[in-house]
Amino acid sequence: MIKPMRGTRDESFPGSAGSAQPTVPAMSTAPVVAGPATTAPSYSVPPDDLTVVVLAGGLSYERDVSLRSGRRVLDALRGAGVTASMRDADATLLPYLRDDPPSAVVIALHGATGEDGSLRGVLDLSGIPYVGCDARASRLAWDKPSAKSMLRDRDIPTPDWVALPHDRFSELGAVAVLDRIVDRLGLPLMVKPAQGGSGLGAAVVRDASALPAAMVGCFAYDSTALVERFVPGMDVAVSIVDLGDGPQALPPVEIVPRDGVYDYAARYTAGLTTWHTPARLAPEVAARVADVGLAAHHALGLRDLSRVDLIVDEAGFPHVLGLNVSPGMTETSLLPLAVQAAGWDFGKMLVTLVGRAAARGAE
Amino acid sequence: MTGTTQDDYTDRYARRVRGMTASEIRALFSVASRPEVVSLAGGSPYIAALPLDAVGEMLGRLASEQGAVSLQYGIGQGMPDLRERICEVMSLSGIDGASPDDVVVTVGGQQALDLLARLFLDPGDVVLAEAPTYVGALGVFQAAQAQVRHVAMDADGLVPAALEEAIAQVGGRAKFLYTIPTYQNPAGVTLSESRREEILDICQRAGLLVVEDDPYGMLSFEGDAPLPLRARRRDGVFYVSTFSKTFAPGLRVGWVLAPHAVREKLVMASEAAILCPSAFAQAAVTQYLSTMPWREQIKTYREIYRERRDALLLALGDLMPAGTTWTHPQGGLFVWATLPDGLDSKAMMPRAIAARVAYVPGTGFYADGTGRRNMRLNFSFSDPARLREGVRRLAGVMEQELAMRAVFGPGPESRGRRRGPAAADAPGPDLA
Repeated sequence: MIKPMRGTRDESFPGSAGSAQPTVPAMSTAPVVAGPATTAPSYSVPPDDLTVVVLAGGLSYERDVSLRSGRRVLDALRGAGVTASMRDADATLLPYLRDDPPSAVVIALHGATGEDGSLRGVLDLSGIPYVGCDARASRLAWDKPSAKSMLRDRDIPTPDWVALPHDRFSELGAVAVLDRIVDRLGLPLMVKPAQGGSGLGAAVVRDASALPAAMVGCFAYDSTALVERFVPGMDVAVSIVDLGDGPQALPPVEIVPRDGVYDYAARYTAGLTTWHTPARLAPEVAARVADVGLAAHHALGLRDLSRVDLIVDEAGFPHVLGLNVSPGMTETSLLPLAVQAAGWDFGKMLVTLVGRAAARGAE
Repeated sequence: MTGTTQDDYTDRYARRVRGMTASEIRALFSVASRPEVVSLAGGSPYIAALPLDAVGEMLGRLASEQGAVSLQYGIGQGMPDLRERICEVMSLSGIDGASPDDVVVTVGGQQALDLLARLFLDPGDVVLAEAPTYVGALGVFQAAQAQVRHVAMDADGLVPAALEEAIAQVGGRAKFLYTIPTYQNPAGVTLSESRREEILDICQRAGLLVVEDDPYGMLSFEGDAPLPLRARRRDGVFYVSTFSKTFAPGLRVGWVLAPHAVREKLVMASEAAILCPSAFAQAAVTQYLSTMPWREQIKTYREIYRERRDALLLALGDLMPAGTTWTHPQGGLFVWATLPDGLDSKAMMPRAIAARVAYVPGTGFYADGTGRRNMRLNFSFSDPARLREGVRRLAGVMEQELAMRAVFGPGPESRGRRRGPAAADAPGPDLA
């Protein structure tokens, strides 16, 4: 049996071991799953003078996805009667926000600018309120090994992992390090950049001989790789939204890529993936998934909205793969599908979130 | 509740739509449009060198003084005035005695390729094309459900023996040879004077038609380009060109010169597709050729591009890691680089984008997914200092990637078949 390990960014093989079986946090309270039959959304009505700037684009690998997310958010806000415009995160942004400060900003930037916390920090400095979690929580969620450590500390299940910068391989010898990884984590393995999204640079490795190529592919996107034990099961995403009465889990979305791999093409080509909303899970498993999603959202100190990506293993236990503080909002993205499945109105939801952010700014 | 694919039409698409998927390489080009990125990836001419004020006045007068014609429908074959001007342009390239009757005006050279494909290609037919070749042509042939058999090139262009071998292999299934003999896109090489006759002889013997694509022939840096193939043979050669590189790609005006019988069918096919090319764009080109110093403008372009080519070649020589080679174009817009063994231009793209430099991976120019050791570098759009900065960044990326390969060993030779079309590995036409 593989001895599970606790991975951290720079320590490759610390001796401390986690619990042998994935644990599910005790269900002290009933999970809150929003949906037509459960919780009615509590939208707020926007003040007439509410103005919003949607940030989209940026210089990350996900620029194209971000522009699509941004346009969709922009349309929804305008459709809900809000004065909204879209801006790129470039050298003109801060002067623009200074001269014409909006009530709040919606960050539809994906990748480092939108998710590593730095832009949120700059917005804080500028006194501009924004939808979503603060800079510190964002930084934590963006770095997958940090997020996983935090989850593990709170006994929230996440697959065993090791995180290694590429320097470590050149110092210690790639073959020796890779052999140790396979010995400890077993096969198959999931290789992905420690930071990043949209499945870019990620690969499932079923055969040890394919590991070096997967590492090279991963290091093209980031200087640190996360190598994770592959957990077979159902891919599920839980979107968490807080309209003012606490974070609620929207119906889980099940992801079934046509070719078995949820890569970039499968994510953003309509027709290549089937999404089931809600996920085809037994009620008690769905409740567990929602509960773990909410627990993860709380554990990282997230705010307003997030998306938690999980695998539900064959025994019905969820394992958290990662958290997203700036979830995709495109036509094929998971959070909008969950919003639709819940019977919520995307525009009204956004307006409520913007109103909450603006109110925080006014405090 | 059942699942959704967010596409209710999945089962209804035509077969040729298969493989049209989102591409991460395409997505990376989205970043290349930001000014922080030195883009060596585009194929855009340097439009800023045009006398834009004068062009603007000209366009205004076209509407105010000739609007009754220039804003009306035109005829499918294209305006007679323009077709006469096109024959004058072709005679400058050495194609004498072409009749305006045998010219069909198209929406860029791209539509000319599409019309020829519609006329000559049945599903399963084979097109012979240079290795590598123009990505937009690969898209046209794929839409026609034809197969592309690449034919090797060297520094003198298509290799005659390789062409004969390809013809022997595919037999009668080959409908035509698609070739860009002069300042080729993407390779930047030119079919040598002596090989031109040889290639034409081989095609004639095999009964193989020739589609000659000549967008760059006027952009020569060292003396004039060799005579086009069409200037040497009338029969069996269709000549395609465009005003996109000599005037303005935004107007989308190109043409095809074809024998009478074929020309009639081209017109019918074009009418079926688009009714007629833009009358306004045709009037603009006609007016430009009649009233503005367009020959001088081409000389200006030649000087600008020669200086930029020299800057790019110098920077490559100074900065590229050992084992890198590249072509030395005598004209056109592109240099084709071959990377040191073990490097993969497609896998390296994210690292390049992170270093704020972009190129087109070689895989975009092959129907079969090869080309991982190659990249296309454009020199027409950026000034010399920026080109050098781009090469400096690119060299750094390659050094990092070489270090990575040294640690993990060389990547697998081929990662198997590509999922999407070649265009998935190349930028859209708007990327500068």
